[in-house]
Amino acid sequence: MSLNLIVFLLIAAVILVAAVGVVAFKNIVHSALALILSFLGVAAVYFQLDAGFIGLVQILVYAGAVSVLFVFAVMLVMDRDAGETNLVNPRTRWIGAIIALLLTSGLAAAVYLTKWPQMQEPFAGDAVRQLAGLLLGDYAVAFETAAILLLIAVVGAIILAKGAEE
Amino acid sequence: MMPGLSHYLLLAAGLFGIGVYGVLSRRNVIAVLMSVELMLNAVNINFIAAAKFVNHEQIVGQVFALFVIVVAAAEVAVGLALIIAMYRHKKSVNLNDFNLLKW
Repeated sequence: MSLNLIVFLLIAAVILVAAVGVVAFKNIVHSALALILSFLGVAAVYFQLDAGFIGLVQILVYAGAVSVLFVFAVMLVMDRDAGETNLVNPRTRWIGAIIALLLTSGLAAAVYLTKWPQMQEPFAGDAVRQLAGLLLGDYAVAFETAAILLLIAVVGAIILAKGAEE
Repeated sequence: MMPGLSHYLLLAAGLFGIGVYGVLSRRNVIAVLMSVELMLNAVNINFIAAAKFVNHEQIVGQVFALFVIVVAAAEVAVGLALIIAMYRHKKSVNLNDFNLLKW
């Protein structure tokens, strides 16, 4: 076992335990904190996969902005005892578990049975430079569309959250 | 032994499964949105792993992961605003109470 594999297994354990915490905690504030831990673990996976820029974006956007949004929304809609805020739906609990288990085992079997290409030599060039070239070159239209999408989403979110004029 | 592509894909499959379970079984609509975020993160792990292992001449997978993050951020903003608007209307975040489109 190389150090790389040990590090990967540790990160994977952190991610999966935190993700189980997100869906298992009864208190939704604890779920939100477990979600932040899971996001940070995913960022660590990105760093391990030579995607440093995406890892930083993950920390900034997910662990920073998205989780703060979640915590604010939790505080805005919490009206009673926080310990009972994140309960399971008794009607869909078992069917949901069965569907998730079948889906995961199916995906795992597909991953296990497929012949994946072996890793070639690691990417040599400057990943951030190439990312910038792709984003502002081949994918410039998608990049600008994403900017407009974000603007529209933020304006729409403000209008929705502010509520209609009386 | 280095972690290979299948290790990362298995991790992503597990994370996706946990997200599916959260979406299907939780009663709080904010928890459902959190589980959707877990699923999006699983997809992003797949993209980044494919960018490293499958096609490492062009890191298109990282570009796609970036777009997924952008769309996820927009989705969270609009989704949480919708939840707040629904809460103002219904005084509840329980999914079973959100049936005003049902007839």
